[in-house]
Amino acid sequence: MWEVVKLIPTKEEWYKALCERHGEDIQKKFTSATVAICGLGGLGSNIAVALARAGVGKLILIDFDKVDISNLHRQQYKANQIGVNKTEALSHNLCEIAPFTTVETHCVRITEDNAEQLLDNADIICEAFDDAEAKAMLTNLVLEKMPSKYLVVSSGMAGMGSANTIKTRRVSKKLYICGDEVSDVNVEGSLVSSRVMICAAHQAHTVLRLLANKFEV
Amino acid sequence: MVKINGEKLNIAGKTVAEYLATTNYDPKRIAVERNGDIVPKSQYGDTLLCDGDNVEVVSFVGGG
Repeated sequence: MWEVVKLIPTKEEWYKALCERHGEDIQKKFTSATVAICGLGGLGSNIAVALARAGVGKLILIDFDKVDISNLHRQQYKANQIGVNKTEALSHNLCEIAPFTTVETHCVRITEDNAEQLLDNADIICEAFDDAEAKAMLTNLVLEKMPSKYLVVSSGMAGMGSANTIKTRRVSKKLYICGDEVSDVNVEGSLVSSRVMICAAHQAHTVLRLLANKFEV
Repeated sequence: MVKINGEKLNIAGKTVAEYLATTNYDPKRIAVERNGDIVPKSQYGDTLLCDGDNVEVVSFVGGG
């Protein structure tokens, strides 16, 4: 058995290492950003890990659900976290992975009544729900009520289709969509970790590119 | 002509609601942008499509 390493790097050492990988100019932008992730399932939990590792300064994590055994094949939770609120479990895991990212959690269902308040402080919003109607609700709401915010949504990552059909499309100035826009879980019948993670990586990468002022896809 | 998701259609003069009624889109699973701005769902019936409009219908499928 390896020993548990109790000493973690200092905040300064952590930041320096990130600057060496990303460049200081870009890292400053990542570190000063606040990103909201709506839904902490296969998409949201993977987006969160990618953004925390990249040194995004603050993540707002929103989900009403608890970790279930059926989540573990594709979501960033552990076998001993079944039954725990996803907000709590993910916040714990992120703290171990990237201890200097600030995490704000809200264990609630996002609705038309609370979304503006929950998302007000975010620079960029990721839609990472599994339900198509919830995806549409949040998209309409953010574009109508919070038109100044960038919104990165997802649609179509179910099944065993090719990895290469998942892409990012800029729909309009503030709206980006990731996925193949076709593969419905209710038709395909499956969600496979690698394909869902590809879509999550598209969303996370779109967020990081926006923070780095790269707006075209 | 009105461009919908890149395809030119002869539907100028119709409202967004009238156009959607001719399609298979599920109104609960879509967002509609016209010339880069969201069309609020409450205004689908009042929003006339004009010659030269560029419309994007984003239709969501489940999974995540």
